[in-house]
Amino acid sequence: MTATQTSAYQVAASTPDPELPMLTIEDLGILRSVDDTTTGDDGPAVTVTITPTYSGCPALREITADVRARLTRAGFADVTVTAQLAPPWTTDWITAEGHRKLAANGIAPPAPAARRTGPIPLTLTAPPPVRCPRCGSADTRRTADFSATACKSLHRCNACDEPFEAVKPL
Amino acid sequence: MHNDDDNPYDLLAQDQDEGHRWAFGTGFADPLAGLSQSVPPGLDAGALARWCLALGDDALIYSHRLQQWVTRLPELEEETAVANIALDLLGQARLLLSRAGGITGRTEDELAFFRDEKDFRNVRLAEHADRDFAELVVRMLIFSTWRLALFENLTTAPDPVLAAIAAKGVSELAYHRDYAARWVVRLGDGTELSHAKTQAALDALWPLVGELFRPDPDALATVDPGAFDAVIDTVLATAGLDRPTAAPLAGVGGRAGRDGVHTEAMGYILAELQSVARAHPYATW
Repeated sequence: MTATQTSAYQVAASTPDPELPMLTIEDLGILRSVDDTTTGDDGPAVTVTITPTYSGCPALREITADVRARLTRAGFADVTVTAQLAPPWTTDWITAEGHRKLAANGIAPPAPAARRTGPIPLTLTAPPPVRCPRCGSADTRRTADFSATACKSLHRCNACDEPFEAVKPL
Repeated sequence: MHNDDDNPYDLLAQDQDEGHRWAFGTGFADPLAGLSQSVPPGLDAGALARWCLALGDDALIYSHRLQQWVTRLPELEEETAVANIALDLLGQARLLLSRAGGITGRTEDELAFFRDEKDFRNVRLAEHADRDFAELVVRMLIFSTWRLALFENLTTAPDPVLAAIAAKGVSELAYHRDYAARWVVRLGDGTELSHAKTQAALDALWPLVGELFRPDPDALATVDPGAFDAVIDTVLATAGLDRPTAAPLAGVGGRAGRDGVHTEAMGYILAELQSVARAHPYATW
């Protein structure tokens, strides 16, 4: 395969997320840009810009290495991967395709993140129930505010009695 | 055809970056890699570095304290919660230490592992050892309410890197605060025993609150004590807890955590946090 057959963007965009491997980094909305317009000594110089989901997201380093390895294998010799913090990632950056893949894999996609001006209000009550990704029932309960990764919470459906994870709106 | 690079779990096991894996001083990617480390004109670079270091130390030391709870919490759900909160704070610490070190010419690892106690600038609340789960959630409520208000005000800081780090941290801290607040309400408004323990936790921690509002010449944002009180008072009223009246814990000659003057607990934290890095400074795996 040569660099001209598949664009640098397509190669970078197909990189899976290590913690939600059913999603690509494009689905997750953490791929900010791919610039292959400059030419270096070894052909096109590709600069990929990605953004972290959470400040402590341990996946960013693996994603960086994976993006670089994929582009190198696709024939791009000169690859730079940079992180960009602003504007901060929110779950609203997850694409419609990302929502579809999450639901298809039993993970409830996030509701739109709250947009506000001024101080964030204190919430002493549990957030509204999340719809069950298996049976579609809205009769569910939250069993934990966190799950195996920082980006998810744990729930149980009262209708089909199955536990499930949800991506927290952030 | 199966390709190992398509499986992220296979990728985790592969060598990256010249064979070095995550260890002290080696192969540890700078979380600010690729970002401009320049200081905007008109801003005092030394003051900015000291302020980022102070905020980074708060997160690093508090994160370490939370990590010590992992495997000792009452429920599996609380294990994942506290571990994830500690991870968020560790991420904030890495970004802030990298920002400070980018200005002063030191790496985040040098700052975390090769500084002595007197050079750590965290508030003393961050180093407190929680004696029980009530202290854990009360301290988290105080710390995250204060830090959230600070970070909200830092999103418009004159340094764009710090402003971006703060904007990233705001939604994380809001989630931490709400988690802690719900636990304080549940315990304060729970049984006679849980109420007594939560009130005792509040009374024990209250002397460490005053330090959070000490004036700091390097600060690029402050927290309005009234806004902090409004959140805390709402939680305490809902939980049926009394706001303590204890006087703030005095410093030494007017100096406290931000000046490198810490409580006895701090030396033990650093002994654990730094011992492996200091014994094996070139370790890789």
